[in-house]
Amino acid sequence: MKPNDVSTTFSRPESFKRRFREFKELTIKSILFICAASSVLITFGVVWTLLSEAWPFFKEVSLLNFLFDNEWTPLFENPQYGILNLVSGTFLTTIIALIVAIPMGTITAVFLSEYASNSAREILKPILELLAAVPTVVYGYFALLFVTPLLQKIFSDLSSFNALSAGLVMGIMIIPYISSLSEDAMRAVPLHLREGSLALGASKLQTSFKVIVPAAFSGIASAYILGISRALGETMVVAIAAGLQPKISLNPLESAQTLTAYIVQVSQGDLPQGSVGYRTIYVCGVVLLLFTFIFNLIGARIKSKMEIKYK
Amino acid sequence: MVNSKAQSNIKKAEVINLTFAYTDKNVINSISMPIFQNNITALIGPSGCGKTTLLRCFNRMHDLYGDVRYNGEIKLYPDNINILGREIDPIEVRMKIGMVFQKPNPFPKSIYENISYGLKIRGIKKKSYLDDKVEDSLKKAGLWNEVSDRLHKSAGALSGGQQQRVCIARALATEPDLLLLDEPTSALDPIGAAHIEELVTELKKTVTILMVTHNLHQAARTADYTAFMYLGDLIEFGESSQIFTNPKEQKTENYITGRFG
Amino acid sequence: MNQLGETSQMKQRIESLKRQDSYFWILGLMTLVFVLVILLSLIIDMALSGWTRISLDFFLSFPSRFPEKAGILSAWVGSLCVVFVTAMISIPLGVASGIYLEEYSKKNIWTKIIEINILNLAGIPSITYGLMALGIFVYQFRLGQSILTAGLTLGLLVLPIIIVTTREAIRTIPSHIREASYSLGATRWQTIWNHILPYSSGGILTGVVIALSRAIGETAPLITVGALTFIAFLPTPPVLAVPPFVSAGWLLDPYTVMPIQMFNWVSRPQEQFHVNAAATGLVLLAMTLILNAAAIFVRYRFRKKYKW
Repeated sequence: MKPNDVSTTFSRPESFKRRFREFKELTIKSILFICAASSVLITFGVVWTLLSEAWPFFKEVSLLNFLFDNEWTPLFENPQYGILNLVSGTFLTTIIALIVAIPMGTITAVFLSEYASNSAREILKPILELLAAVPTVVYGYFALLFVTPLLQKIFSDLSSFNALSAGLVMGIMIIPYISSLSEDAMRAVPLHLREGSLALGASKLQTSFKVIVPAAFSGIASAYILGISRALGETMVVAIAAGLQPKISLNPLESAQTLTAYIVQVSQGDLPQGSVGYRTIYVCGVVLLLFTFIFNLIGARIKSKMEIKYK
Repeated sequence: MVNSKAQSNIKKAEVINLTFAYTDKNVINSISMPIFQNNITALIGPSGCGKTTLLRCFNRMHDLYGDVRYNGEIKLYPDNINILGREIDPIEVRMKIGMVFQKPNPFPKSIYENISYGLKIRGIKKKSYLDDKVEDSLKKAGLWNEVSDRLHKSAGALSGGQQQRVCIARALATEPDLLLLDEPTSALDPIGAAHIEELVTELKKTVTILMVTHNLHQAARTADYTAFMYLGDLIEFGESSQIFTNPKEQKTENYITGRFG
Repeated sequence: MNQLGETSQMKQRIESLKRQDSYFWILGLMTLVFVLVILLSLIIDMALSGWTRISLDFFLSFPSRFPEKAGILSAWVGSLCVVFVTAMISIPLGVASGIYLEEYSKKNIWTKIIEINILNLAGIPSITYGLMALGIFVYQFRLGQSILTAGLTLGLLVLPIIIVTTREAIRTIPSHIREASYSLGATRWQTIWNHILPYSSGGILTGVVIALSRAIGETAPLITVGALTFIAFLPTPPVLAVPPFVSAGWLLDPYTVMPIQMFNWVSRPQEQFHVNAAATGLVLLAMTLILNAAAIFVRYRFRKKYKW
């Protein structure tokens, strides 16, 4: 017969069976919601920790010193706190990286999206993904022990720790981020736009750069922003290959220390929690986050401007 | 061929002054019509007339997509309950009213798992009972002979018409009071479609059927009653034999004769 | 006369456009080849330097002052423990978040906040996670410089990856399958448990593999939370010979991981340690390759099984 089969009448809202079912569903929904909301907690955690640890630093060190001191020597006898020394290192390596990554990443993306055959793409994409998957410490090794000696043959006065090798390797490392996102954006451009352009007699090159790239601009801009964030935040390559001498300089042949490499240097040591020296790593973290945030904002502004222009 | 005699005059369900809106736009305007037991009622009309929307009110599918408010009632007999009522659980409505969709959508699981799913979620675990039910439903769907030896193989390997029959069997397994068919043959080839039509005609002996179709000939062939809708209004309702040979409304006649579609 | 002139001008233009096209094609190809060459030289260079050190001894020895005796035993065991904790944290949280965002959430401001937040997290430099973990886990929660801290840190780091891949995997499930389940009277959770999760498990698994591959290679955040570089012992074993037969003591033990060991060795001036670093790099590369290949394989298998 029919064991505990479909009920022949509808249950009332107060019935136990119904209440239980609704309770169960609500519980599950709540648990899942808490999980999703926890990601917001992480952001709070990051911001709160950084700010609360960095803030007391500024009670001991004036902003003027912070911005205009000549050197960054917080761990020395007469500490100086000129942050520009580290900022210079970060920017130098980042710019070198972007000079490599943005053109090569974009060309790769256009090539894969518009020129390469499907089978070629199937082979080349995983290889690029592999490039992105290599641990950064391996790239650091490569920069120090392969690229630097190689470059020293060209630039004889290249110091063994220098910003150039680190920047170049960082650039290579970032190419897959830029090319992958850009290519996705380009491939999402509807076929009829391409066909329209080609039908008018435009070459593939013209079509790619005059039609596809503007249409995919939003995605491409996101890719660039991601690349910039990656370069700013990269740690191991610069810690291994760029050196530990903070200075304000744009000479890539010399050593330089970035914000991130400094944090690593201090973390390996033994600074008492709460000391000014200890707080400097948080200050660097705040500066880093600030830059990342600013670039994201700039990127978003440019994106929305371009969208208006090209829609 | 037109059905000349309705089978009964007992109402299984009734729509009473139903109005339904999607974001401020009325999609269904104050419709009232009966659904007679063990009969096939067809909903016809041009695209956008609201027939599918009306169908999906019956099993509260709209509730899945946000807070909806139904004005009016759909009453189910003999319970005499308004299934659109706020205190009624849509889950229970769907347990009593089954649906078959336009595009055959068997789960990517075995045929057995597809058909027993509706029973499993009700907590029925006894294997012998499930086995019987699966066989029974497949027989009702006219598919048992073809698949009895491959019940545990994937339903996706079947042809379109067979997949649709699996979906019908799946809906029948839970012994629904009312079966909703949303253009059940429009995605099928002519032979598959013909089989389904035959099946539906057989099925009405055991279950009441409400069917949306854009194929007028199909409605004329299989349905006992037909409702013609246009832009959210119910223009005309009656026995199919009357609607298709002697429509009362001008709009109905225009639609049936193909003056607009 | 005029027409002929125009035609030849057009022809010239078309020719130059075609040439441009082929130049670009060559440029694109050369770029890709260049990238490939770089990748290969990286692998070959490390292989040439480090191959000699790869041996069973290397895997079974602790680090030492003497480069020829030094090995990565504590490092790979540490990596294993840390990745395990990372998985335990990120997988449930990530999959649950993905399910909530795809199946439950409505398009309101709270959802938008959560979504923007997840995007943000993906852009934060990884070392920042280390700084946060230092303040919160190491000091505030008093978890110290332990495996648990490391696992929590990396778990939060890779969380966005898992959330995003879970969501994408769920999105590939067509709505008519959901509707079929609901139309039979299933509750939301029944639909998720019986259909959504099984059908998206391939994509989710792919995301998990990618996330863990990332976690194995992460260095900076772990340095910040105090992974030590000279560990000549293993964490407390989780299995005991006496009741209660399992122990969670290892969670609070100090540790090191492979990328940090490699970092330590490559930072030393002595060349012999560089050989060790190269060997460790090879091991890391091999793991990365294997995991990525596994991810591709899983993706392929599941795509075959569920063809919508």
